[in-house]
Amino acid sequence: MENELSKNCANCPAHNLSHLIRLGIDMTDFDYVVALAGNPNTGKSTVFNNLTGLKQHTGNWPGKTVGRAEGGFIYANKRFKIVDLPGTYSLLSTSTDEEIARDFILFGQPDVTVIVVDSTRLERNLNLVLQVLEITDRAILCLNLIDEAERHGIKIDDRQLSRKLGIPVVPTAAREKIGISELLKMIYEVATGSYVCRPFRVTHGFNKLTHAVEELDKKLQELFPNLNNTRWIALRLLEGDQRIIDAVLSGEIGTIKLAENVSV
Amino acid sequence: MDRENLIETANKLRWQLGDGLHDLIIESIYKNAEEIAQSVVIKKGEKQKFDLDRFIDKIVTSKWTGFPIMFLLLALVFWLTIVGANYPSKLISFLLVDTIHPFLKGIAFNLHFPWWLSGVLIDGAYLAMAWVVSVMLPPMAIFFPLFTFLEDFGYLPRVAFNMDSLYKKVGAHGKQALTMSMGFGCNAAGVIATRIIDSPRERLIAIITNNFSLCNGRWPTQILIASIFIGSLVPPYLAGLISAAAVVGIAILGIAFSLIVSWLLSRTLLKGEASAFSLELPPYRPPKILQILYTSLIDRTIFVLWRAVVFALPAGALIWLVANINVNQVSLAEHFINWINPAAVFIGLNGVIILAYIIAIPANEIVIPTVLMLTVLTTKISGVGAGAGVMFELENISDVAALLQAGGWTTLTGINLMLFSLLHNPCSTTIFTIYKETNSVKWALISTFLPIILGISICFIVTRIWLLFG
Repeated sequence: MENELSKNCANCPAHNLSHLIRLGIDMTDFDYVVALAGNPNTGKSTVFNNLTGLKQHTGNWPGKTVGRAEGGFIYANKRFKIVDLPGTYSLLSTSTDEEIARDFILFGQPDVTVIVVDSTRLERNLNLVLQVLEITDRAILCLNLIDEAERHGIKIDDRQLSRKLGIPVVPTAAREKIGISELLKMIYEVATGSYVCRPFRVTHGFNKLTHAVEELDKKLQELFPNLNNTRWIALRLLEGDQRIIDAVLSGEIGTIKLAENVSV
Repeated sequence: MDRENLIETANKLRWQLGDGLHDLIIESIYKNAEEIAQSVVIKKGEKQKFDLDRFIDKIVTSKWTGFPIMFLLLALVFWLTIVGANYPSKLISFLLVDTIHPFLKGIAFNLHFPWWLSGVLIDGAYLAMAWVVSVMLPPMAIFFPLFTFLEDFGYLPRVAFNMDSLYKKVGAHGKQALTMSMGFGCNAAGVIATRIIDSPRERLIAIITNNFSLCNGRWPTQILIASIFIGSLVPPYLAGLISAAAVVGIAILGIAFSLIVSWLLSRTLLKGEASAFSLELPPYRPPKILQILYTSLIDRTIFVLWRAVVFALPAGALIWLVANINVNQVSLAEHFINWINPAAVFIGLNGVIILAYIIAIPANEIVIPTVLMLTVLTTKISGVGAGAGVMFELENISDVAALLQAGGWTTLTGINLMLFSLLHNPCSTTIFTIYKETNSVKWALISTFLPIILGISICFIVTRIWLLFG
């Protein structure tokens, strides 16, 4: 009887939150890797601190986290390692912080990427979200600073947003520790595969590009038969992205598992 | 070779597609984002009656009031630090220096330590550490929470916004204003923060000039010397205010030097145009007081103090040794000081200061204790101190003042020390960080020697002018 009870408890998010064990920097033998991405000054480090119990310095200005910080936690008996990436506006250009963030999501192969956005500036933040969704399938949108948005009279239909983007959307106010248990639950579900994301893909609708991408795509598929998302690689090659060019030349690109194809 | 073939094809196709590709891709991303956002965001009527954020921004980033408010805020922070730090400093000094030091000496005596061992360990290492703690802890415990408060509130990006146009004019990146602000805490941190600057050229400029932001290892020096030599020029009730103003003056001079040197670099070694960037002004957020205290006291104060102590321990032992190892009846320290003194006096400093800066390369924090110890040693003042190489107890600022004046210091020496403290090599941690970030010995060396040359030149010029009119 008692066993039955504790079994049911273990399935309840409230129980799991109260049994969240913050591991600080202890990251031995983790089961899943979680990446935290987002624009500068959206509260990534605050979310990070909430999950790991660490006291990463937080400050109200963009560009504070320049390296990447790592920490860990246990949730529902699984060990998670979480990596706080530097805040960036895009993943396209070549500054060091954008490269760190992009390379980690692309080559680090996190099991879940949590994209933290500022709810008061959703449109601008979505630019990065869409770029992240081009490289990874397993992502969660964390609508942070939702309390501030409400104060400014902004309401966001999070369910509709989740349907549009094809990934879970969790409203949070990390400074007030609101929404963290829901976020943890979604991290768990996406990591274990019980929630399957169907991410929205950007449509780049212009003809001459489509032809060029198709030509490269065919060659890429011949060279790396196991590679997903060859169209995205093709786009990067057309843009002259040096890191990707190097990865193709060295064959490194063939060793990673990418998201499903983007539509061009 | 197929891979190379593939890349060649990509290059060929990119050539055919022309320049606009990047923009087209970005455009379609923006369009998609806009469509999605518009379908999910509901705004409750455009009520833009009174927006407090915008109101504050209008004042703190205004062309007319922006800079004065910035300087006033800085001055207020220093004034609170200077006035507030005095009493706790005395208390800690009483505890660590007047009480625990004799106690340790007593233990060493009872255990029959040889004189040199108790000298190196207790008079050297321990006292250096005690000095650093009592001089540095109180100002930091006041300064850092205040600074963190401004940071949490959201004021730093406004500073960057105000400074941006100036930096752009001198051919540097606007974000340099942010890394400069970081440098006010710690130059090594400021150098790492330059990673937010995309262009390598502008990043190098930001790295080289970061040293012109007074770091917290130098604040105590500035505050103490300003209190002694500048504050004493005016009646006591004005002393705190004028000292604070002098320190703000040095800080502003540092900003001016970072602009001038950036301008010179972007016209000589690092030629190029300033690149554009967008700076987001985050909303003001009510700071969380407990978190501020935690961050500023644990992350910053204790961190910096720990670093200072770690460096002060061996430095203290070293000071004791150079002051007690004699060659021809004269200690090593005195040999060096006497040798360098004429040149040092020529630029308005003295041999003691130069030796102190050499010993203090690992940490700026220990400059003042070293200066005091070496002054006692060379002036052979009896009554204070406890023998060669011992950092002694000084009850308050006027004791320090009396000692320095006995060592031949004048107002000019004080002013020059403040200038030299601003303009000299970065500490070894920062130099190493610069080397790691730039991966180049050349830039690390340039960053090291450029400020020294500047410092020597400025001190020299100030001295000549002073002597001309004095």
